This record gives sequence, C-alpha cells and structure tokens, in this order.
Amino acid sequence: MSFLLTDALLNPQSVRTLDNTELNQLLSQARNARLLAALGLRLADSGVLESLPYAVSRHWTSGVVIHEKQRRDLHFECEKILEVLAPLGEKLVLLKGAAYILGNLPAGRGRLVTDIDIITPITSLVRVEAGLKQAGWSGSPMSDYDEHYYRKWGHEIPPLTNKARGTTLDVHHNILPPTSDAHVDASILWENLLEIRAGVYTLSHQDIVIHSATHLFHEGEFHHGLRDLWDLDRMLRDFPRHDDDFWHSLVSRAQSLGLTGSLYHALNYSGQVFNTPIPKEVFKSAETPSRRLRKPIMDFLFKRAFTPDPIQSRIPFRDLALFALYIRSHYLRMPLYLLLPHLIRKAWRKRIDTDHSGLRTGKETG
Amino acid sequence: MAILSQLSRDEFSTRLSVDGLPLKVGPYIYRVRSKLPTVEEGIRALYNDFEIATDGDFIDYDIALQQKGLRQHIHRQLEFLFDGTTPFNLIPLGQAYAFLEWGMNWCVSIHANEYLKLHAAAVARNDSAIILPGVPGAGKSTLCAALGLSGWRVLSDEHALIEPASGHIVPLCRPVSLKNESIGVIKSFSRDACFGPVSEETHKGRVAHMKADLHSQSHQRQPLSTTALVFPRYSPDDPQGLNKRRRTDSFLLAAYHSFNYSLLGDTGFNVMKNLVDQVECFDLIYRDIDWAVDAMNTLVEGRHGA
Repeated sequence: MSFLLTDALLNPQSVRTLDNTELNQLLSQARNARLLAALGLRLADSGVLESLPYAVSRHWTSGVVIHEKQRRDLHFECEKILEVLAPLGEKLVLLKGAAYILGNLPAGRGRLVTDIDIITPITSLVRVEAGLKQAGWSGSPMSDYDEHYYRKWGHEIPPLTNKARGTTLDVHHNILPPTSDAHVDASILWENLLEIRAGVYTLSHQDIVIHSATHLFHEGEFHHGLRDLWDLDRMLRDFPRHDDDFWHSLVSRAQSLGLTGSLYHALNYSGQVFNTPIPKEVFKSAETPSRRLRKPIMDFLFKRAFTPDPIQSRIPFRDLALFALYIRSHYLRMPLYLLLPHLIRKAWRKRIDTDHSGLRTGKETG
Repeated sequence: MAILSQLSRDEFSTRLSVDGLPLKVGPYIYRVRSKLPTVEEGIRALYNDFEIATDGDFIDYDIALQQKGLRQHIHRQLEFLFDGTTPFNLIPLGQAYAFLEWGMNWCVSIHANEYLKLHAAAVARNDSAIILPGVPGAGKSTLCAALGLSGWRVLSDEHALIEPASGHIVPLCRPVSLKNESIGVIKSFSRDACFGPVSEETHKGRVAHMKADLHSQSHQRQPLSTTALVFPRYSPDDPQGLNKRRRTDSFLLAAYHSFNYSLLGDTGFNVMKNLVDQVECFDLIYRDIDWAVDAMNTLVEGRHGA
C-alpha cells in the first residue's frame, strides 16, 4: 500500500521528481490528512522544500505557520492550567498532541491539535474541574442526556472551553470508557510519568504508545487515522533508540493494561503503511490465535481507513469498510444493551436537529 | 497567454463543467468546476478578462460547486468541494454564485499564510496603494466598487495581502461583493457597473458581485507600496469627513481585523509595524458616495489638508 503522501513522508527526496499534477495530489492528500505541517517540516529538514518553486513551497510553509502558532499557544495554555493544578497539589499530565509537542517528541514535529487533553486521577476529578471552572474554563451548553452520558459512561468530562481564549480542554480520568471491552486500571498510569518540565508530565514512552494505539483502534471515524498512525510510526522508530528495553516492556505493559489488541493493530498497520521496523518476536508476542485468524478481514477494513484522501484513494468497498469500522468501534466501547438505546436515541435526535442552513465554517467532526 | 473571453462559448462550458477552468487570480491559480448555469453565467460576466492558466500549471485551490444525487435535487441544494472534500454544509441553490465567491475567499483566508492578510479592500492610483480596512457593513466594498468605477485600480475587495519581506501589497483583484442597498447605490453611481448573478436571502441578505478588473493594470502582479490606511465608515447621521487618526490605534484596529496577525507571531507584528510606520492613517466617514470618491481623490492628489 503506497500513496504519494506516505512515500513523501518517509522519503522526502522523492518529492523532487514529482510533476505539478502529482504535487497537487500530494498537497491535497497532506491537507486532508492533517499532515501538511508535518510533511512541510520533513521537506524543510531534508532540504527539499527550498528546491521547490515558491508557488508550491509556500503552501507547506503556510501549514507550518499554523503548527508554530499552536505550539506557542500550547506553552501558554500549559502555564495557565498549571496555575490551577499546582496549588491543588495535582500534577499536570498531558496526553496526545499536547504531550507530543510539549514533550518534544518526533511525533510532535508539525503535529496539529484541535484541543488540549489532560488526565487526572478520578479521585481528583471534582476539585480539578471546579478549579478550572473558577479559572475561566466552562462547559458548553449540552442536553441533559449528553451530560449524563459523559458523566456516567465516559472516560472524560464534557469538554471545557476557555471563555477568554476559546481553547478547548478535555479532562480525562481514564484512557478508555469504563464500559469498553478492556477495563483499564488507570491508577497504574501514574507509576511511570515523565516530567518534561517542573510540574508538567507525560505518560511513560510505553504508555504513550499504548494510549495512542488504544485511542486510534477504538475510534469510529478515521478522518485523522493516517495522521494518528504516523504518530505511532514516529514513536516506534524513536523510543527504542533511547531505551534498550523499550520493545520488551512495551508488550508486557500492554498486557498489564489489558490493551494488547490495540497494540497488535498499531504494530501491524504502522508496519504495513509506514514500513516501521518492528522486531518479529515483538509482533508475535502481541499476536493471539484469534487475532491471527481475524487478521485478513481486519487488514481488508483498515487498509481502507488509512488512506489520505477521498479522491485519489478510491479503493473498492471503502465506504462499506468505514461503516463496518464505525460499528466495530461502538461495540468495543459499550455492551449492546447500552449501545442500542444510545444509537437509537442519537439517530432520532439527529433527525430532529438536522438544520439546512448553508454557511457554516466547519462541519461537526464528532 | 489565453484570456477567458477568447474561448468559444462551447469550449468555455465544456472546460468549466468537465475538467474545471484554471483561472489566474492575483498570485494564485484557482481551478473552478461546475455544471450550474448560474456559475457559468457569473464567471462569464465577471472573469471574462482573466487569464487562463496552462495545462500542467500548479493549482493552488481546486474548487467545485455541484448538485449531486436525488436528495440535493429535491431539496434544491448543492455542495461546495475543496480538493474533493466538503468543508461546508449544503447550500441553497439560490445562493450558488455568492457561495462560489465566498468559497474562493475562504481558500485564501484558511490556507494562505505567506502574507499578512488584512481584512480589507485595497485600491490604487498612480502606483500608490491605499488599504481600506473595515468591519462588515462599514461600507468598504461600496467605496471600493465606486473607486473602481472612477478610474482607480481595485487591488482586492476582501484580502489586503502584505508581503513580509518588502512590506508591499500583492494585488488579488476579484469581483467586489455588494450587499442589499449598496447594490442600488452602485447601480445609480455608474451605468457602467457590470454585475453577476444576484443571490437572494443569504445570511448577509441580498448579494451581488461587480466586475472589478476595469483598470488597464488590473491583472498585473507586481506588488505596490502603500501610502495610506483609510478606515471607511458609512453613516447617514454623522458629519462627513476625512480625518487623520492616530497610528497606534490604527495598528490595533487593522491587526484586530487581520486574518492571521497572531498566527504569524513576530512576523505579523513586524510587518504590521513597518506598514503603519510608512503610511498615513485616516477615518473616512461618509453618507454620499460621490463625496467619498472625491475625498479619496484629494488624498492621492495631495490636495487633502491643503
């Protein structure tokens, strides 16, 4: 499986030989996959960007500008959140994009974020939320049903938005909903935190990978699928260089968290899409007979999810595969007796709420 | 170099509806594709003197307006495509043309960061550019259209693009968007005004676009230096006047109405500062469009304040 975008990310020099039509396809794939800035920095680092005509390269530099702005904002927001958490004696633990960027991980290079994700022990949740609300973060108006759904079945509280600055904060207390197939004991995540600056932490390298994999392979929609897989590739290439024991402890950690299934998929597809070098025995140790048996069908589905854009990657049965993965994500998150009433309610509400107004700056992504 | 008006009617329709028509617009190339009669009519009316790019040129923005499937036909809706994806909700059929123009603005607003983009119209006379920043409804487009009909060169109706290295403004001449009463004001200002399709009941009311490339240099791409920032404000009640205003709050106001001032960080600040340092700043309060055009003329002719 190879696309212009994946080729360009892995081997920026290949971009030198593209003609304008191919460069156009590459640009549209990079924009659509939210990898414009990541590719822009890859091209700049390898000296390719400056060899492209200005009319072409400016699109990548424009993308990098957005990443740089988000990076500056993250530093600022991080200080502001710390001002709330530190007096409460709570650690600020960053997740996902914010962790990659502020932790200076290779996955943070050119990474774009839409919100800031943090995690806090469930026992501290009430006071953390109260503190944030006092400091100007507030929840958006939401129906009682949605509020109840978040609080009862979610692994995070309803998103908080800063009134003055408009930034969105997701406060998690676990990395998966309590209803999901794997019951994750979140308390062990606090064992190996990495301090990236005074009072600010990320999960350990192993836990970052496992969380990233879990998030991606419990997801129902794959607009950012390729980007999330790129995050994993970057980490799986980088972390073993700093830690000889990385691979071994990665699998054993996933076993303790009960998340080897997601890790298995991550290793499999990162390898298939980005040629990530993964030791055979590591892959084998994450494999089970039932996973091996289901692999062909899962490959069929996920190959259709990890594509960079809707035009050039028209693979037969793509819509069907995406629909199947959407259904899959729901039964992974909730047992059927909870899922069915929830989906029926959502479908019914959607019929009522559908609005036909024309101009909106963006569609819902959720 | 091919100009749109050189295409035969058939060739024009075929290219627009099948592969898309690559139009050179300021520093960019848009490829526009649509089968809708209003879009064809509008492009024919408003972009007739624009240059067509050559096959194989790099396309900056690939856009399309299309009506797809039975549902969209029944509900009289259509979709806007950017790179083959749909960034917006469905659009009522009657707003097709206005939406095409807004979509073209959106491409630059969202994606271009190689310039400091001020939310402003920009015009020029004798190679000196004047930037007209303004909040929606302030009357900048009306003034811009009237100036375009009075021998001024329209550089932009929506984005004043400032090149960081030189501090010069990069021309991006496209049709001027007029709303509600302004359409009548401009029609009675000049019989020469040429309009595209009218879109009714948009979120901005009634909208029509005016052909704005009326100057012999409209399609030149050379950046121009700026001599003034003029903040227009239409007001039926206040006394008319062209009054000097302080640079400091002009800086803040223009930066506040910029699309990417804070996005550009230090660059945004430096470009804005250099721009404001080199220009004079004015408030232009007007109720009579002829008076406003004359006031602008006095400004470039050095008669102002004399």
